Amino acid sequence: MTTSDMIMYEEEYQRIKTIITKLRTESNAKLVFLVDKNGQQIAAQGDLENLDATSLASLTAGNVAATDGLAKLIGEKEFSILFHEGERDNIHISIVAQRVILVVIFDNRSSLGLVRLRVKKASSELTDVFERVVKKINHERESGRLDVESPFAEITDDDIDNLFTN
Amino acid sequence: MTFINYASREINCKIVYYGPGLGGKTTNLQYVYDKTAPSAKGKMISLATETDRTLFFDFLPLELGSVRGFKTRFHLYTVPGQVFYDASRKLILKGVDGIIFVADSQVERMDANIESVSNLEQNLKLQGYDLMKIPYTLQLNKRDLPNVASVDDMKRELMRKGEPVLEAVASTGIGVFDTLKAVAKQVLIELKKG
Repeated sequence: MTTSDMIMYEEEYQRIKTIITKLRTESNAKLVFLVDKNGQQIAAQGDLENLDATSLASLTAGNVAATDGLAKLIGEKEFSILFHEGERDNIHISIVAQRVILVVIFDNRSSLGLVRLRVKKASSELTDVFERVVKKINHERESGRLDVESPFAEITDDDIDNLFTN
Repeated sequence: MTFINYASREINCKIVYYGPGLGGKTTNLQYVYDKTAPSAKGKMISLATETDRTLFFDFLPLELGSVRGFKTRFHLYTVPGQVFYDASRKLILKGVDGIIFVADSQVERMDANIESVSNLEQNLKLQGYDLMKIPYTLQLNKRDLPNVASVDDMKRELMRKGEPVLEAVASTGIGVFDTLKAVAKQVLIELKKG
């Protein structure tokens, strides 16, 4: 089951943050964030204060999953871009490296054209990073180092019970 | 798919409540939400119809505390139980780490339970999982009703692999946290295996 687990290391995390920070500045967006296809938030950049980021991540993933289902129904591989237009804010959603969802929220200080342009560039940079992460995980798994480094290798029944006593 | 973030020292797991329509999946989640301290939970999202039937999913993020310095978060999801929402159910199983099957104990719902368990097995297979290997707990819900099947009968019909079986009354909270704990424990033990 755990062979497809996602692990994020400090080095790649910092690189991802740099890329999405740049994307946010260059596209004049309010918020940029990355979610995996299961709805787990990977990184976010921008004005998060008045926003429920966890819900946003989960609903985005649900949205993408439902749209993927629709695509398959009509014989498409995927709809790689989703765009939601609101009165004030708009959401641009795209898939990176087939497994990660890149979300850009922007208002009239930017435009769809600009966002699409900048997203394209950032996507290719992010793809490189995620391919590196996957390689790293596979390499560590093969060399057996992953087991040693797992923070859960030493977990006890008491640790688990303690989680539920609060 | 567990997501371990070494950079922010967080670990996220996905638990899905599965089972026939009107069995109490959303009620389980609602109870967990009501009884959890505000600091440990996020907003509960329900994508439901006007008549409060689950349309796509319910979602509740739960922060359980730290294990070995890693913040442990469980993302709880329910599927829509009604038979015709099967496409949605398949989607929600993506990346699942543990499953709670909420069975309706009423005698007349036994067929629906049986159908739903085999639907779960099929949908898991489509996502590349095997019910025999994935962390799994069976909850016998609505034990307070007068017309319930016996625990033995339900076990015989619904158990798949010696999974933990818990009796519950989700509307009053009996067995709700015990069920969650039983599956969370299995998920964390899986992580331990690496």
